[in-house]
Amino acid sequence: MTAISTTQVTIRATPEQRRARVVGVILVVLAAFVFWAFGLNVMGDLNAIFLITLPTDRFANIGWEINTRTLAYIVAGILAFLGGMQLWRSSEKRTNSALAIGLVLFAFSFLAWAAGGKSFSLVGMLRSTVILSVPVTIGALSGIMCERVAVINIGIEGQLLASAFAATILGSAFGLWAGVIGALVVGALLGAFLAWLSIRFRVDQIISGVVINIFTLGLTSFLATRVLAQAPDLNSAPQFGAITIPILADIPLLGAMFFNHNWFVYVMLLLVVILHLGFFYTRWGLRSRSVGEHPRAADTVGINVFSTRYRNVILGGLIAGFGGAFLSLSQVSRFEENMTAGIGFIGLAAMIFGRWMPFGALAAGLVFGFARALQQKLGILATPIPSEFLLMTPYLVTIVVVAGLAGRATPPAADGVPYEKQ
Amino acid sequence: MSLELKGIMKRFPGVLACDNVELHVETGEILALLGENGAGKTTLMNILYGLYTPDQGEVFVDGKPLQLSSPADSIAAGIGMVHQHFMLVPVFTVTENVILGMEPANSLGWLDKKAGSQIVKDISRRYNLEIDPEALIEDLPVGVQQRVEIIKVLSREARYLVFDEPTSVLTPQEVEEFFRIVKGLREDGKGIIFISHKLNEALEIADRIVVIRDGKIVDEVSPEQVTKEQLAELMVGRPIELVVQKEMAEAKDKVLVVNDLVALDDRDHRAVDGVSFEVRAGEIVGIAGVQGNGQTELIDTIMGIRMPLAGSVFIGGQEVTHVSPRDLHRIGVAHVPEDRQASGLVVDFTVTENMILDNYYVRPYSKSIQMDWRKAEEAAERLVEEYDIRTPSAEVQVSTLSGGNQQKVIVAREFDRDVKLIVASQPTRGIDVGSIEYIHNRIVEERDKGVAVLIVSSELDEVMALSDRVLVIYRGKIVGEFDPVKDSTTDIGLAMLGGSK
Amino acid sequence: MSESAGFPTPNLDEISPQEQPSNFLARATGVGSGVVQALLVPTLALLVALIFGAIIIALTDIDALVLLREDTLGALGQMAEGVWVAYRSLFLGAFGSIYALSETLFAATPLILAGLALALGFRAGLFNIGVNGQMIIGGMAAIWVGLHVQLPAILHIPLALVAAILAGAVWAGIAGLLKARTGAHEVITTIMLNFIALFFVEFLLKTPVFQEPGRNNPLSEMLPVSARFPKIFGGDYRVTIGLLIALAVVYFVGWLLFRSTIGFEFRAVGYNPTAGRYAGMKVAWLYILVMGVSGGLAGIAGANQVMGLPPYQVTQGFAGSIGFDAIALALLGRSHPLGVLWAGLLFGALKAGGRLMQAAAQIPLELVVVVQALIIVLIAAPELVRAIFRVPPPEKEPTQLTRGWGGKR
Repeated sequence: MTAISTTQVTIRATPEQRRARVVGVILVVLAAFVFWAFGLNVMGDLNAIFLITLPTDRFANIGWEINTRTLAYIVAGILAFLGGMQLWRSSEKRTNSALAIGLVLFAFSFLAWAAGGKSFSLVGMLRSTVILSVPVTIGALSGIMCERVAVINIGIEGQLLASAFAATILGSAFGLWAGVIGALVVGALLGAFLAWLSIRFRVDQIISGVVINIFTLGLTSFLATRVLAQAPDLNSAPQFGAITIPILADIPLLGAMFFNHNWFVYVMLLLVVILHLGFFYTRWGLRSRSVGEHPRAADTVGINVFSTRYRNVILGGLIAGFGGAFLSLSQVSRFEENMTAGIGFIGLAAMIFGRWMPFGALAAGLVFGFARALQQKLGILATPIPSEFLLMTPYLVTIVVVAGLAGRATPPAADGVPYEKQ
Repeated sequence: MSLELKGIMKRFPGVLACDNVELHVETGEILALLGENGAGKTTLMNILYGLYTPDQGEVFVDGKPLQLSSPADSIAAGIGMVHQHFMLVPVFTVTENVILGMEPANSLGWLDKKAGSQIVKDISRRYNLEIDPEALIEDLPVGVQQRVEIIKVLSREARYLVFDEPTSVLTPQEVEEFFRIVKGLREDGKGIIFISHKLNEALEIADRIVVIRDGKIVDEVSPEQVTKEQLAELMVGRPIELVVQKEMAEAKDKVLVVNDLVALDDRDHRAVDGVSFEVRAGEIVGIAGVQGNGQTELIDTIMGIRMPLAGSVFIGGQEVTHVSPRDLHRIGVAHVPEDRQASGLVVDFTVTENMILDNYYVRPYSKSIQMDWRKAEEAAERLVEEYDIRTPSAEVQVSTLSGGNQQKVIVAREFDRDVKLIVASQPTRGIDVGSIEYIHNRIVEERDKGVAVLIVSSELDEVMALSDRVLVIYRGKIVGEFDPVKDSTTDIGLAMLGGSK
Repeated sequence: MSESAGFPTPNLDEISPQEQPSNFLARATGVGSGVVQALLVPTLALLVALIFGAIIIALTDIDALVLLREDTLGALGQMAEGVWVAYRSLFLGAFGSIYALSETLFAATPLILAGLALALGFRAGLFNIGVNGQMIIGGMAAIWVGLHVQLPAILHIPLALVAAILAGAVWAGIAGLLKARTGAHEVITTIMLNFIALFFVEFLLKTPVFQEPGRNNPLSEMLPVSARFPKIFGGDYRVTIGLLIALAVVYFVGWLLFRSTIGFEFRAVGYNPTAGRYAGMKVAWLYILVMGVSGGLAGIAGANQVMGLPPYQVTQGFAGSIGFDAIALALLGRSHPLGVLWAGLLFGALKAGGRLMQAAAQIPLELVVVVQALIIVLIAAPELVRAIFRVPPPEKEPTQLTRGWGGKR
């Protein structure tokens, strides 16, 4: 085994290293941008006041005054440091944290600039973050429920829309709880339909999902025009109010963020915990995951792959229905055509972002909620950025996430593949 | 006490998989079921395991007839199956895989992980099967994964164990270890069915041998009273050569040179870790090794599918380290990929379309931007004839062809060029003996024409039979070079496990 | 040779535990099925869908529903009459007169183009849901050329078309690039790009470059006559050269897929990208190319919406639901250019008839959407349709697989 004398040794970078470099460059560029745009370019005496309690809180309207320029310099410094570390050497975990911290700091500095000379309700924005994250997280949880048994559910958007519609009509006609039940039922039915198409007829799962989306969009729009227009009483649903948790709700920032919401939010948080425990600590969870990873192995130990998939997908539909109820019965009382506007898909991105884990979904949902809250607040702040670009933000973030800037993730091994008994 | 199959008939569209099969195995006995690829062994075992229902016939355990409509029924009857392709979830631990389906849990369904771990430890101790209950399957070597399968089966108190091609992924040493385990199980009173196409192993381990061919039981023999040649003839239906006829190689110039090649696998581990070797014109170099030691990544890197991290590859003096598969084709490299249906063929395309898969873009099949289908069809017909590919026409979908004929399509396509180097991965995996013979002979023919040939196979017999030189790959490194004539399988097997010469 | 193999037999021992990686989306979208299947199943599906539609019309007839308890027979009669009136106007609106026929052709034009965009994608294993966004971007590019360049019509129109094609191609190419470089699934990226296109265009329509002077709404200026598609039958008939362009594109896509070299690569990659890669095809590049061509076709559709019909300006929602109808079209047409043409004509008929149905019978146009969605359901589950009508399955039973989120493969 003699080797030829001339050997060219080229070491190429691993994908991890490349991503670290990309992130590093991004951070450094952001640092420079922050330094210039929010630092140098700004009057030295420009201050922003961040309110950290609500006007309705016990300690009302506490503000935190920040000098925009100083903050910018500090943030720029940190970003540059983080970026430099990434360019020099890193590991995957650190890349993710660096990116996350960097973006949060950037947002902070940006807000200090946008709110310059005014007072800006930070607590309000964070509270919105949580609220706006709910449909995204719910969508992600529904997706997880389905994908963990290897059924791709693109139809979450349609499920949300249809169940929101059901909640509005039933809520207007028969009251709050009828609306909730209606939404759950509709969600579960659509889940059963998706399962039926995908499992019984082995229809390509993405097509089944798209079918549900188109179908529900068409049907709800049709019914909205034909029925709701003539019967506006059916289009004015009652709304659930907020439930304040005593003591905890008084904590300055966190209180308003987490402990002063309607019950949907609390249930969502509970769901995250239940799903996590369920999937990783119970027999049900072990069997479900085995069906998602290696259905034939599950089959050979006597687990019924088909019924497991049906069950989980219907449960996923129930969760989506819950999300629809949240939209109609606590956010807006009117049903508008296509009111979900892509939230279901953002939920799917959150699911991928969260690595198919319930807590990951929560974290990812909060990130997207933050993007949406940011977009709303910036609109109010009347920044020079046109509102249309702000509206694009959540969708751009979704693309960035799905394109893997948040790292590659592995779905359950049998994801999307129909199971065939022989 | 016995397990019996009586009068089993099973038909699939167009083919009779099981034709009045009768079989029995006693407790405390090892029965070998011998047959070539495609003879129907696995179908029979799937019936036994409840995955198929026979059209006719019955299964008896201890004289009682069984209704086997699902694996659960078989498990309940005390039949356990260790499949050829493991039924293990890679991302679960050993314990999770073993307890799946019969998990120790409280009434709410909360898993008792400690109890599960204990079950694994108990069986492991009782049958001398060393294993770490918390290890992830995907981190375990294949030989150890097999142990998990065995533990799984034993945990359900199987009295009859069926092993489907258990040694296809093991090194010679691991095979010895496996035999020890199986003999131990026999001493423990289990009835064992050992399914294989490997004559030597059947002769070594079995108490009785049953030969199956084309869905029928052909004969039952005792290992003491039969020779390898007789068995082979029973399996195939005619006398066959067990050895490839070839003369000594006349190796000339170096064609393929690989230097210090380093490449990552899909999980970013170093699958190829500094590999160097060369292949000369007119010789066959075989790379032996257990599946999963980097062969797949090595071939992918040489063929331009995967980018190396470091090192270089030269073909005919030209550096081709970062060159695309197409350019490799152009300079005369033929590639028979490891997985014919995944990488070698577009199964939904016709035979013709697959025949021109490598050179559809040049004349005469393609003029500027348009295809010339007539020329393609002519070429395909010629090749079908020349390589004796059994197909009603060249315009049928390749998916309707048998495995052996599909492989011949690939071989025809690849060898029909002006070839300097042939790279063949697992060239005869899962195909019938006739096609195996044909392809082996073709490879030797090419070698005699002066082509350099690189073979990768996890079937050590194949490597030994075909190669002029044998290299062993272990954990991404070449750990030994051997002469198939002079060196023994034991030495090579030791190398395959990482031991040195 | 093996004596047992007088005829090729499937190898029974070759059952691998995980599914074989064969064709993907291609199967479910009808790629590979014969022409008879391509015409039979869709027609039956349309029938079933129309029946469902009738049921929906009947059930949402509020006046009749109210009457149900008191006068059941009368109520049912009223429902039946409602359905009759609705479907009669549907049929008349589509085929009842020369004018109706021209309306059908007129409505079919953009549908055919968009459907071809999708069908092309399906052939290569890509699901381009972003046709909507690509149409919008393409339409904007056409408008820009139309408004800011002065040329005689014979040059103006082609130039605007080229602009639309390029713009649509680039917009779709982004998704293709993301898929090629990062494996990001095109379903999500194209849907996101749809929304982004929507907002982007809304923004552009408020800038002086595009906006109609004197107006505050997001509307563009009107196109000069030189940039408008001329009508081919003159007078009241609205059919323009857009139809001819669509027919030309049908031929082009057919040639592309089945006679061109690159089409061979598209189809190979659509069925099995791994094998394509081993055979030397540049799979990543092909994805970008397919998305680009698909987007270009969508761009033409967008241009048609702007240049081929009044008010010859870009308004919000000028692309309508064509992008989504196209999904049904491509599925209906089994991803075959002729199938898409046929399906496009059918859907054009639905649209033209639907308008009359809305006017004459007060049935909202969205019913057509529901019918279309039902069609997709039935098409995507050919077994379902076959089960309903007891049609025997084709020679080879297709398996349907999705590639998932691209994590590993």
